[in-house]
Amino acid sequence: MTDLRIHRHPILKYVRGNPLKFYFEGEERTGYENETIGAALYATGLKEFSHSFKLDRPRGIFCAIGQCASCRMRVNGVPNVRTCITPLEEGMTVERQFGAGEKPTNTEVRKTFKKELEADIAIVGGGPAGLSAAIYAAKFGARVVLVDRFPKLGGQLIKQTHKFFGSRKHDAGVRGIDIAERLIKQVEENPNIMVLSEAEAFGYYEPATIAVAGKDTIYRINAKKIIMATGAAEKALLFENNDLPGVYGAGAAQTLMNTYGVKPGDEIIMVGAGNVGVIVTYQLLQAGVKVKMIVEAMPKIGAYFVHAAKVRRMGVPILTRHSILRAYGENQVEGATIVQLDDNWQPIPGTEKDVEVDGIAISVGLRPTYGLLDQAGVKIQFVPELGGHVALRNRNLETSVKNIYVAGDIAGIEEASTAIMEGRIAGLSAVIDMGLAGDDAKELRESVRAELTELRAGPFGARIRQGLEKVEVL
Amino acid sequence: MEEYEKTGVVTLDYLEKLGNVPSEERLKKGPVAMTECIQDIPCNPCAEVCPVKAIEMPEINHRPIVHFDKCIGCTLCMQVCPGLAIVMLDKSKEKPRLTIPYELLPMPERGDTVVLIDREGNDIGEGKVVALFFPDKKYQSALVTVEVDDDRLLYEARNLRVVN
Repeated sequence: MTDLRIHRHPILKYVRGNPLKFYFEGEERTGYENETIGAALYATGLKEFSHSFKLDRPRGIFCAIGQCASCRMRVNGVPNVRTCITPLEEGMTVERQFGAGEKPTNTEVRKTFKKELEADIAIVGGGPAGLSAAIYAAKFGARVVLVDRFPKLGGQLIKQTHKFFGSRKHDAGVRGIDIAERLIKQVEENPNIMVLSEAEAFGYYEPATIAVAGKDTIYRINAKKIIMATGAAEKALLFENNDLPGVYGAGAAQTLMNTYGVKPGDEIIMVGAGNVGVIVTYQLLQAGVKVKMIVEAMPKIGAYFVHAAKVRRMGVPILTRHSILRAYGENQVEGATIVQLDDNWQPIPGTEKDVEVDGIAISVGLRPTYGLLDQAGVKIQFVPELGGHVALRNRNLETSVKNIYVAGDIAGIEEASTAIMEGRIAGLSAVIDMGLAGDDAKELRESVRAELTELRAGPFGARIRQGLEKVEVL
Repeated sequence: MEEYEKTGVVTLDYLEKLGNVPSEERLKKGPVAMTECIQDIPCNPCAEVCPVKAIEMPEINHRPIVHFDKCIGCTLCMQVCPGLAIVMLDKSKEKPRLTIPYELLPMPERGDTVVLIDREGNDIGEGKVVALFFPDKKYQSALVTVEVDDDRLLYEARNLRVVN
């Protein structure tokens, strides 16, 4: 059977647990502890994970972080399980489903419990912003409940193998995976912080209650303050056959290879030359994947030059003013047709070129995951400079709904280092506003704010500064 | 728009104009850092880590400027640079030496002859690995020092490949 698992990597040492046998549509397959069902299926060669509702088109993994619907399957008789974020267990039966899925036949499989929790602060999202908010709030004695969707804390930081920018104080020169490890340890060792993993916050109730669906328990968390740090989702791109299995977000490729040690493909084309596209390209090369080229519709490369230079000297061409016209292949990607664009973004006829690849990675930006904020009635505005819909807020990151704060990519697409600082500000603001902390917390908040301002001060921070002017208005 | 923003490749001419290329005379005195970090990005660990304050960066969003007369070639800036944008050049030994950061497999071994690659990914020559330094024990990424026959390679080679 196909095995796309990576066994040697220049940066990562994959920790695979014991082998686990499971059954995919009756056929025995092997995965490992610490893998999700989706990762184990992908590693053993599955490309078609589901079919679209209406037209029955094949769909493959697209986001790999539980945000899209294309990897949903029937697991142990339960439909609509997001296989990309559900840990694999021994003996699982996994089947593809058609349409919305059939009702569970075995009602015993899902007994659910109800539980009420009291907390000072409820934090939604265990990425760099949420973790930092928890650490800084708990520092001042707040009892924190941190809710996270994934089996492992750390958000997208746990797959960032590159060294971070910034200053030494902000861990510049340290790899994202190591920063994540440290933050997770601080949270897990802190007696003031309770973590609910594999738990999805799905509702807000006044004044500061959130409803959370855990593995087998529905939680009602009654808090005094809520910090939303739900992060972002990858944007899709419109082109013919953009739903063909093998078209996936650059972040999904990164999750597969860096979190689970699974090669997303053998030969890939990257669409988009921003920092994410170029950094993931470098990481694909490190994982032994050939990246045939990067196409970028803009006239210039969006990424920092130093990131672009890394992949150029490894022989990857970057074609600016080029885009993807269509994906082609029978049930899975066999190639991409690229085309040159004119100065009005129109394809130039006659410049089409077919590139044989088995994967098309899309990195055309991220958008804030603002659903819960919207449900809570927070004032939201579309701000292109910040990546999409973001909450209006004050300087302390409190939104128009009292008691709700935002931090990280949900507040505007930036970087992990800025998310960490925003998390600190939100955590500190929450404890200050509820009277748990005084002048020392305020001083600390001022110093974090000063550092954040400094990081955003350069030419690359200009767009962010423009965006913030529109939203920091409360 | 600068050409490098379109291509992802900077020319030696451009680096020379920026004052990023150390002189022949300086190279003869011993190893020295050459930075290829040419944009004003929010990053400064190289300047922070330099034990002799040879890297000038008044603000975090400025690009680094190396004072070649002060630089002692210790490689600390290379080890910490997240952009992998610093190399060391040295012409004080019998043969010219180039040190580059390397984070790929297979990792070369001392004594190996490796293919040297330029900023655009073209093979442009060969070098002999004379030293390997692993800054962080946890990882396999390394600083690789190669000896070359042709001076030009010091200025043009920025990547390598292990030949089996």
